[in-house]
Amino acid sequence: MLDRLHQHRRLQLLLGLLMGVLFGILLQKGGLTHYDVVLGQLLFRDWTVVKIMLSAIIVGAIGIFLLRSFGHVRLQPKPASVGGSAIGGIIFGAGLATLGYCPGTVTGAMGQGSYDALTGGFFGILVGAGLFAHCYPWLDKHILNKGRIQAQTLPELWGVSPWTLVLPMILVMGLLLWLIERFGG
Amino acid sequence: MHWLQMQSWSPYVVGAAMGVLSWFTFLLSDKYLSCSTTYARLSGMVERRLRGSVVEQKAFYRKTPLIVDWQFMFVIGIFIGAFLSAFLSDSLHLEMVPELWRQHFGDTPVLRFLVAFAGGVLMGIGSRWADGCTSGHAISGALQLAISSWIAVVFLFASGVIVAQLMY
Repeated sequence: MLDRLHQHRRLQLLLGLLMGVLFGILLQKGGLTHYDVVLGQLLFRDWTVVKIMLSAIIVGAIGIFLLRSFGHVRLQPKPASVGGSAIGGIIFGAGLATLGYCPGTVTGAMGQGSYDALTGGFFGILVGAGLFAHCYPWLDKHILNKGRIQAQTLPELWGVSPWTLVLPMILVMGLLLWLIERFGG
Repeated sequence: MHWLQMQSWSPYVVGAAMGVLSWFTFLLSDKYLSCSTTYARLSGMVERRLRGSVVEQKAFYRKTPLIVDWQFMFVIGIFIGAFLSAFLSDSLHLEMVPELWRQHFGDTPVLRFLVAFAGGVLMGIGSRWADGCTSGHAISGALQLAISSWIAVVFLFASGVIVAQLMY
């Protein structure tokens, strides 16, 4: 692993900015910074979001697990729980459908001139995050850790090697993309 | 730089490029693509400005210190990148009410603002609750085969679809 590079704080801040610029270009060129595209996906009228996500996961997974096989990267999965991951996902999904941007694309949408993303989205997310931080001790004690799953990744959970899951996953996702291209439009 | 002037790129090109970008975030920065924690930090920083350093003592901010880190710069970068992309392709334009919204709910900015703000609050809460957002869970977590991410993605998508169907 490139430990010395990882610990170089200033260089990392610069790398973060550069990679963010690239990601911002990709989000905007992909149409993900548009409310209509995100809502179009949730209404199953426009499959852009799923196409981008699946191709990102396929290409990303191949590279990450190859790099990992050679010991160049470490995985960083987050702990899973029903109270956290599932309930949080439900709240987030409701937010996504009403706002039409996510925390990443909201800044991208601001950059292209959509000021519902700034006035509503950006400030709304800040208020929501602040509210969560305020209620965090209570939530952490009573809800977030309910239904905790000890394993962190699917290969760990099922006791198989990562590739026995990565390869079938890629095949299934590829098939899904083909079906979308064929029937989804 | 002809391709930077294009209005849009194929979703497969964009997705594949995001996948390649994620290799480099892991390799060069030991990070995965994600955004939402930055809002928690920024929110805490704003609150600290208003209420002083007592804010740093909150349990959540002890866990998530109020610092400018890699991801914070990444989110600033997204703003710059999207601006550049829109500017170079001549698609920069000020808009408060998106087209699809206008067709169904009219062009009243106040209504759009109120719903977008409510959505933002839900998203701010939900992304911290699930400990990740669309980039952190649906792309980065999913490609690592993280259980938390696959659970979050399934529920996120289902809930998004239901709410969108109810609205339209």
